Amino acid sequence: MNAPAPRPEDMPVRRITITIDGAEVSVPEGSTILTACDAAGKDTPTLCYGDTLTPKNACRVCMVELEGSRVLVPSCSRKVQPGMVVRTDSERVRHSRRLVLELLGSSVDLSTTPRIPEWMARYDADPDRYGPRAPESRGRDVHEPGEHHAGDGGVAATMAQPDKIDNDLYVREYDKCILCYKCVDACGSQWQNSFAIQVAGRGFDAQISTEYAVALPDSACVFCGNCVEVCPTGALSFKSEYDMRAAGTWDETRQTRTTTVCTYCGVGCNLSLHVQDNRIVKVTSPHDHDVGHGNLCIKGRFGFTHVHGREEEDGG
Amino acid sequence: MFWGSNAREAHPIFFHHALKAIHKGAKVYAVDPRRSKTAEWADTWLGLDVGTDVALAYGVGREIVHAGLVNAAFVANASIGFEDYVAACEPWTLEATARETGVPAELIRELAHDYARARRAQLCWTLGITEHHNGTDNVRALCNLALLTGQVGRWGAGLVPVRGQNNVQGGGDMGAIPRNLPGFQDVGNAEHRAKFERLWGVTMPPKYGLTLSEMMEAMDEGHLTSVYVIGENPVQSDADTTAVARRLRNLDHLVVQDIFLTKTASFADVVLPSTAAWCESEGTFTNSERRVQRVRKALEPPGSAKDDIEIMRLIAARLGHVWPIQSAEQIWDELRAVSPAHHGMSYRILEQRGGVQWPFPDENGPESPFLHGRLWETDPEKRGRAAPLGIVAHRLPVDKLDDDFPLRLTTGRRLTDYNTGVQSGGLNSPIRVGACVDISPEDMARLGLNEGEVVRVASRRGSVLAPARRDPGLRPGLLFMACNFPDEADVNALTIEANDPISKTAEFKATAVKVEKTNAPLPEQSADADTTDRERHGNALATANEEG
Repeated sequence: MNAPAPRPEDMPVRRITITIDGAEVSVPEGSTILTACDAAGKDTPTLCYGDTLTPKNACRVCMVELEGSRVLVPSCSRKVQPGMVVRTDSERVRHSRRLVLELLGSSVDLSTTPRIPEWMARYDADPDRYGPRAPESRGRDVHEPGEHHAGDGGVAATMAQPDKIDNDLYVREYDKCILCYKCVDACGSQWQNSFAIQVAGRGFDAQISTEYAVALPDSACVFCGNCVEVCPTGALSFKSEYDMRAAGTWDETRQTRTTTVCTYCGVGCNLSLHVQDNRIVKVTSPHDHDVGHGNLCIKGRFGFTHVHGREEEDGG
Repeated sequence: MFWGSNAREAHPIFFHHALKAIHKGAKVYAVDPRRSKTAEWADTWLGLDVGTDVALAYGVGREIVHAGLVNAAFVANASIGFEDYVAACEPWTLEATARETGVPAELIRELAHDYARARRAQLCWTLGITEHHNGTDNVRALCNLALLTGQVGRWGAGLVPVRGQNNVQGGGDMGAIPRNLPGFQDVGNAEHRAKFERLWGVTMPPKYGLTLSEMMEAMDEGHLTSVYVIGENPVQSDADTTAVARRLRNLDHLVVQDIFLTKTASFADVVLPSTAAWCESEGTFTNSERRVQRVRKALEPPGSAKDDIEIMRLIAARLGHVWPIQSAEQIWDELRAVSPAHHGMSYRILEQRGGVQWPFPDENGPESPFLHGRLWETDPEKRGRAAPLGIVAHRLPVDKLDDDFPLRLTTGRRLTDYNTGVQSGGLNSPIRVGACVDISPEDMARLGLNEGEVVRVASRRGSVLAPARRDPGLRPGLLFMACNFPDEADVNALTIEANDPISKTAEFKATAVKVEKTNAPLPEQSADADTTDRERHGNALATANEEG
C-alpha cells in the first residue's frame, strides 16, 4: 500500500527465439513475426499493418511461410512462439505477394502508395495482365441488395470513381482505397470513437462510406484527420496536398518536417509540420509519442492556417 | 470522474486515454450542468445547478463518512482537520444536497460509494470548477474527497486539473505569476531571491506583483497607467469587456506584442509583431501533466515579426541594459541553474525522452509521473507536511437569478474553436456551430422560439444578439454560449467580473440573463450563414488593419 504499483511497461519481458530464413533471431514475448522479420533485417512489404492499430489481416501482402502450417500466415498479426521456423522469400511466399500486388494494382490506383514500384519489380508483378481497366463508375455508393454482377472479362474491374471533395480540410479518393480498414479502426473504438465511417456493401462492391453515403460535413465526422494519418495509399489526403498534386507543385524533396508542440489546449500533442516554400502543407503526428500516439484533433491537425497570410496584415 | 470538464470537446486527445480505459471497463461519472459530449460517454451524469459544486462535494463527503468508506489510515497519517471536516459536511445529508444542487440523492450516493471503493480513481476538472467567484473553494472541496478516500499520490489515482492552454502550466512554472520566481520559488523569500540576485547581479524588490484582475482594479484606481500585453486579448477574453476596453483606453501608454492585430492591439500605442511561438521559434511548452516538451522552429516569420526573446533584448537595450544575444537553449540552461525542478532537463534529455515531467532535478533521475506520493510514506520524516482538509463555505454565484434575469448562462469552448478565435478562426471548420445561444427544448417552447431565430441575450451589464440553437443536453433554465466568437457575439459583454479572492479568476461560468425575441427574420440557410461569418471575419481583420 505504501509503494506505488509499478507501471505495466516497467515489467520485465521474456525473449523468444525463432528462425527466419535459416538464421536465429530473438524478440520480446508477445511480438509478431513481422517484428522478428524487422529485427532480422528482412524488408517485408505491408499495407494494412498500422503501428498504432491492432492487426486487421486485410491486405495479405506480408504473408510468410511457417513450417508446420498448412497455409501461409500473416506476419503482421501472428505472434512468435519458441522454435518457429519462418521463410520470407520462398516460391510460395513470392507467388502470394505477386498475386496480391497484381490484384490490387489492377483494380486500385496505387500511384501515391509508397514503395509500390519497388515491390512490383521485386515480385515480378504485372497488374496489366488482366486487361484494360474499367472506367469510372458513379454508382459505387449505391448498394443494391443481391449479387454483384460479374463483368464480361473484357476489362479489369476497378474501384475507379469520382473523388469526394466535400470540405476544405481533407479529400477522399476511393479509387485509391485498398479496403484495409485502418481508417475505420482509427475513427472507431481504437482511437477516435466517432464511428463516422464503416465498410458498406459486400465483395467487390464494398467500400468505405459514411452513413447513407452522406457528405462528411453531414456525417458524424469531427475532422480530426486521424484516418488520414493512418491511410497507407493516399486515398485520404489533406486538401492542401490534393490541390498541390493537382497543380503539379507537390514536391516532397523540397519539404522539411519539423516536430513541435500544438498551440491549442494543454494536452501537449506533438505535431510534425511538413513545410514547403515556407508554408505548412500537411500535419502529421509521431506515432511513438505517449501523448497522442499519432492522433490529433481538428485544431491540431488543420488549425495551422492562421500563421499564414500575416504578411499583408503586418505591412512590414 | 469528470467534474466541470468537457474533455471530449475541449481536450480531445486527453479523452482518448479515458476512452481506452472506458473500453476496458472503467466507470465514468460526469458532473456538469450540461449533458455534454463528455457526459454522453459517462455511466452516470450528475446534472448539478451552476455554482453548487461545494454543496455537492460536501454531500458526497458526508456519504463517504457515514457509510464508513473513509480511508482512516491515510486520513490519520496524511491529513489534518478531519474532525472539522466531518462537522462541516454534517448538514449536507443526501436529501439536503439533492435539494440544493438539483442532483437526485441516489446518484450522489452512488458516486460517493463508487469513488471511495474504486481501486484507482481520478478526479479531473477544468474551468467548470475554477471559473467561479469561489473557484479556489471548489478545488479544495474536490481535494477533500481525494484525501478522504486516499485517491491521490498513487499510480493511476489522483487529482487532474486539465490545463486549457498550450503553455499555461509552463508560464506559471517560469514565474509568470506575481508571487513566484521560476520553479515555484517565492518572491517573498529572501533566500530564494538571493539566488536570482547573485545570478543576475541585481537587487530584486521583495514585493509581490499584481494578478491580471488586480491590474484591472489598479487601472480603475489610476495607479497603473502603462501596460505591456504579450500574447493576450483581454478586450475579448476577460469578463465584462466594456469595462476592460474603457480601462485600456484610459491608459497613458499601451504596448501589445502579438502575432495578430487583435482587438486589444487595435487599442495600442505601439504594436510589436512577434513570431508564432509554436512554429516560428525555439523553446519549450509544459503541458497539463507537467511534461516539458521542445518547441521547434519550422517556418520563417513574416515581415518584421521578431522572436519574443529578441524583442525583450531590444527593449532592454533601449532601457540601457546591454544583454547578450542568447539562444532559447542558453536561456533554458540559465533557468535550469536556478530552478531545481528543471535542473536535469537539458535540451539533450528533452530530445531523448520526447519530453520530461517535473520535478526532474537530476539528468539520470526518474521522472515523476504523479505527485504527492510522499503522503503514503510510513516514516513521518519522509511523509512531510500533512495535507489540510479544506473547510469551505457553499456560496451561490454572485450574479443572482431574479424575475428580471431568470436564466443561468454558462460559457465554454467547442471542439473546433479556441479562446477568442484569433488562431482557430483561420480554420474553415465544416462543423463549426458558430456564435449562438444554446437553449433547452423546454425554454425554446416556453419563449416561443424557432431554431436559428436571432434573440437578444441580456445581463445586468450588457446584451448581445445571437441565433437560438436547441440543445436537448441543457436543462430548463440553463443556457450555454461558446466564448470563441467575440466579433459576432461578445459573450463577455454579459459575464460578471466577480473574482475569486485567491486565484483572481472571474466567474465566467455563472451569469444571470434574460432572453428576448427580436422578431428578426430567420437566416435563410446555414450554408449562407457560414459564408457570411467567414467574410465578416476577413473584414474584421481588414478593418483592424486600417485602424492600425
